[in-house]
Amino acid sequence: MKSINTANISQAVAKLCKDANYFLGQDMLDALQKAYDQEISLTGKEIIQQIIDNAEIAKSEEVPMCQDTGFAVIFVELGQEVHIEGGSLEDAINEGVRRGYTDGYLRKSIVGHPLERVNTGDNTPAVIHLKLVPGDKLKITLAPKGGGSENMSAFKMLKPAEGVEGVKQFVLDTVTAAGPNPCPPIVVGVGIGGTFEKSALLSKESLLRSVGTPNPRPEIAELERELLAAVNNLGIGPQGLGGRITAVAVHVEIYPAHIASLPVAVNLNCHASRHKEVIL
Amino acid sequence: MTKIKLTTPVTDDVLEKLRIGQKVLLNGVLYTGRDAAHKKLVELLDKGQELPINLKGQVIYYVGPSPAKPGQVIGSAGPTTSGRMDVYAPKLIALGLKGMVGKGKRSPDVIKAIKQYKSVYFAAVGGAAALISRSIKKCEVVAYPELGPEAIHRLEVEDFPVIVVNDTLGGDLYEEGTKIYATR
Repeated sequence: MKSINTANISQAVAKLCKDANYFLGQDMLDALQKAYDQEISLTGKEIIQQIIDNAEIAKSEEVPMCQDTGFAVIFVELGQEVHIEGGSLEDAINEGVRRGYTDGYLRKSIVGHPLERVNTGDNTPAVIHLKLVPGDKLKITLAPKGGGSENMSAFKMLKPAEGVEGVKQFVLDTVTAAGPNPCPPIVVGVGIGGTFEKSALLSKESLLRSVGTPNPRPEIAELERELLAAVNNLGIGPQGLGGRITAVAVHVEIYPAHIASLPVAVNLNCHASRHKEVIL
Repeated sequence: MTKIKLTTPVTDDVLEKLRIGQKVLLNGVLYTGRDAAHKKLVELLDKGQELPINLKGQVIYYVGPSPAKPGQVIGSAGPTTSGRMDVYAPKLIALGLKGMVGKGKRSPDVIKAIKQYKSVYFAAVGGAAALISRSIKKCEVVAYPELGPEAIHRLEVEDFPVIVVNDTLGGDLYEEGTKIYATR
C-alpha cells in the first residue's frame, strides 16, 4: 500500500492547470506545422502561422494561449493499492483547480447553477472522471475544455443497420454544422458503442491521445484515416474561412454495444488541444 | 494581400467599400461585450432607457479576457463565439452599431441587419488570444463590473488584425470560402 497526501494532489493539479493553459503540447505543435505545409489557402496558411506564433508567445510569457481556459476536465486513474490520506480526493482536486486558476491568472468560466448562472469565481468544481486501476500509482490528466468547441459536440443513437456509413455521415454532419465555431483546425474525437454516456466519455477520452496517433486496431485506424480525409474535403479550413485543413486528426474509440444499439458521440477539440498529465 | 487600416468610430462610406475576405487592422476604441452584457443592454432598450455606452459608429468585440498578470494591460483576449449574441445583435445594429468582432457564423437575421443598416462583421483568429492581446494598448471597465470577465470594457487598440466575414452587400465569407475548397 502506498500513501499519497491530498496536499500533494492539490499542488500537482494546480501546476497542471497552469501548464496545460500556457504550454501547447509538442504533438499539437507538430500537427500545426504539418497543417501549415499542407494548407493551400493563403489566408488559411497565415492563420495557422498566427496560431503557431500565439503558442510561442503563450509559452515564453507564461500566459494562457486562449482566453477561454476552460472547464477543468480531469481524468484520474487511481491504483487500487494507493491510499489517499488527508481528506477527500475530490476536495483535493478542486482545491488544486481553485489555486491553479487563481494563481495562474486563468479565466474563471464556471457558473454554479446552469440556470441561475452565477460565476463560482474560482473555476470549480472540476468535472472528474475516476477509474480504479491495478497498481500503486495515481495518474491525473487535465484537459481544459473551452465552451466554443464543447458546444459543437453531438450525440446520436444510430440503428445498427446504419453501420459504419451512418457513423461517417454523422461525423461529417457534426463537423459541417460546427463550421468555424470550434476554432479549426480541430481534432475530432469520436466514441462508438457502449451506452449513451459511455460513447460520450469515449469521444472525450480519444482526445487525450497524442494528436494523430492511430487507434491500435487496424480497422479503426483505417476509419480514422478515411474520416480525416472526408472532413478535410468539406473545405471549411482554418477558422472556417475556407481551406484544405479543417482537422489535423480524427481519433476514434470503440466499446462493445447492445444488440439493439449503435451510439455515436462526437466531441471536437479546438487547435488549443490541451492535455497535460502527472503520475504521483 | 494588403491590409486596410480602419479607425473607429466608423462611417458608412468606409464600411461600404469593405468586401468579404479583406484583411483589416482596427485602430481606436473597441467595446467588449458577451452574452450577459448584451442581455442587460437589450433589456434597457426594451424598457426605453439609455445605454451606459453610446454605440453609434462603434465596434463591439465579443471577448471575455483572462485576468491581466501584474504589468499587463489585459490578459489573453481572443474572440468568443458570436452566434450566442445573435438574438441581441440586430437591435444594437439598428441603433447604430457599425461593427462586430468575433468568431463563427451569424444568423440570417444578423446578416440581414448588417446589410440593411450598413454594419460589418469581422472575424479575429479564435484562440490566438496571447497574440491578439499585444494589439490592445489600454483597457478599462466602463459598465457592469459585477460581470467580471463579461463586463463591458473600453479597449484602445492598435493594428488589431481581423478579416471581413459579412459585408454591407450581404456577403458571407464562411459560405464562400468553404465553397472554394470543398471537393464534394
